[in-house]
Amino acid sequence: MAFFIEVLIGGLMAGMLYSLIALGFVLIYKASGVFNFAQGAMVLFAALAMARFSDWIPKALGIENKLLSNMLGFVAAMLVMVALAWIIERLVLSKLVNQEGITLLMATLGIAYFLDGFGQTVFGSSIYKIDVGMPKDPVFLLESVFQGGVLISQEDLVAAAIAAALVAALALFFQKTATGRALRAVADDHQAAQSIGIPLNRIWVIVWSVAGFAALVAGVIWGSKLGVQFSLSLVALKALPVVILGGLTSVPGAIIGGLIIGMGEKLSEIYLGPMFGGGIEIWFAYVLALVFLLVRPQGLFGEKIIDRV
Amino acid sequence: MRKIGEVVLEVSNISLAFGGVKALTDISFDVREHEIRAIIGPNGAGKSSMLNCINGVYQPQHGTIALRGKTFKHMNSRQVAEMGVARTFQNLALFKGMSVLDNIMTGRNLHMKSNLFMQALRFGPAEREETAQRLVVERIIDFLEIQPYRKTPVGRMPYGLQKRVDLGRALAMEPRLLLLDEPMAGMNVEEKQDMSRFILDINDEFGTTIVLIEHDMGVVMDISDRIVVLDYGKKIGDGTPDDVRSNPDVIGAYLGTSH
Repeated sequence: MAFFIEVLIGGLMAGMLYSLIALGFVLIYKASGVFNFAQGAMVLFAALAMARFSDWIPKALGIENKLLSNMLGFVAAMLVMVALAWIIERLVLSKLVNQEGITLLMATLGIAYFLDGFGQTVFGSSIYKIDVGMPKDPVFLLESVFQGGVLISQEDLVAAAIAAALVAALALFFQKTATGRALRAVADDHQAAQSIGIPLNRIWVIVWSVAGFAALVAGVIWGSKLGVQFSLSLVALKALPVVILGGLTSVPGAIIGGLIIGMGEKLSEIYLGPMFGGGIEIWFAYVLALVFLLVRPQGLFGEKIIDRV
Repeated sequence: MRKIGEVVLEVSNISLAFGGVKALTDISFDVREHEIRAIIGPNGAGKSSMLNCINGVYQPQHGTIALRGKTFKHMNSRQVAEMGVARTFQNLALFKGMSVLDNIMTGRNLHMKSNLFMQALRFGPAEREETAQRLVVERIIDFLEIQPYRKTPVGRMPYGLQKRVDLGRALAMEPRLLLLDEPMAGMNVEEKQDMSRFILDINDEFGTTIVLIEHDMGVVMDISDRIVVLDYGKKIGDGTPDDVRSNPDVIGAYLGTSH
């Protein structure tokens, strides 16, 4: 039983990180109807920026303090992401107002490749470390209930708590503020939003910045776990089944979807894996997504598409 | 008694073509303060194109549009909105997933001053502002008699009521000029009467100038002060309902001429 709980919790923690990336997809899709293929590249780019700036800035200023240099690096990386959002809006999105979804998708595909290449040109292509001082030692919980207790990585716990806080903040922002309302309005209908005086371009900069922020947080957490390297942008592929499961338009969906995928992956690997000869963790999420596409294409929490005929 | 004022919108020699298709050819007319001005014509006459030019959705190739004496040629919808022009849409363009209240609140966007960070923190002034704007929106909801639907997602409401929400969102901008694109399309007689009453009340109580596109001749003749008639992108009549009614070109366009 203790082992089952261990696997379950491990899965949930991994799921929280998928959620974080899925969140970036959902934010941009909600606000601009664009499926942003570049989200993975943004995670890598943000993590690279963070890794390099937290090294460069303290060296240039002669700062020794670890916390301070990390904070400076984070702020600098965030500024880079905001600038990136602004540039993407200026050079790409503003030229493509009212275009088909597929056109915008292709544009983001281009952005993804550009970012992958540009990031490595500017920041270098070796593997970098991000050390934000996350506790690495595992802890034992529930020792009184189970013999030997349940082993949990503290790092995962912290990461999950950060992800949860971010999600709660974003949900509030979308539902409760006037800007959040304007974001939802733009997502529903560009033309109508413009006609009531909502500035499309500013909204897009805001939403891409917020998605950049989510990418940065995800990049820092993943990066401090695995190191900052090219494969980071592939982690984003794991977020695709998450958004299909949770629904492309739903912030809570991204969270629940991530948890289900993370949990399902680990549990199926342990309990079903032997039947298939193992290794099902890699494809389990995609099969689950496929089943969902057949049964419930709008996802668990997505808006059902009903057309007036 | 309503008083018709001076010219607020002057449309001069507008021509608009999409590739080889001429949607509008050399159209000129004016709209006076406090007036209800209708644009009518058979299907495909260019009525919606005309409205979209005024609204900044389309940029006409020739001609000028002057709003309160300010001429503009290349202006987008948002800039036009900032000049106090609101519109409704022929095919509803509401924010379907959002509640009635939220939809109409978006219309207050231009009246909101507090910045993003204050809103996010629900900081004093932002909170007060939200409350003040909400008050305006509640008045509009009362006016349009859609109180019971306040929290309903718009996509789930009956069509006739969605049209009212569309109107409500435009009203929330407190426009000085209101453009209505077929506000009564697809409505039954009763709904049309309600909508006519709202339009007349808006014009009367708020002094809003209204430009209206409508198919239903009966309604148009009843509520408009002056009417522009378009056919195949050309202006074939302009004047009071009585002038238009007796204009042989207009009768020809609607009923066909005998050869």
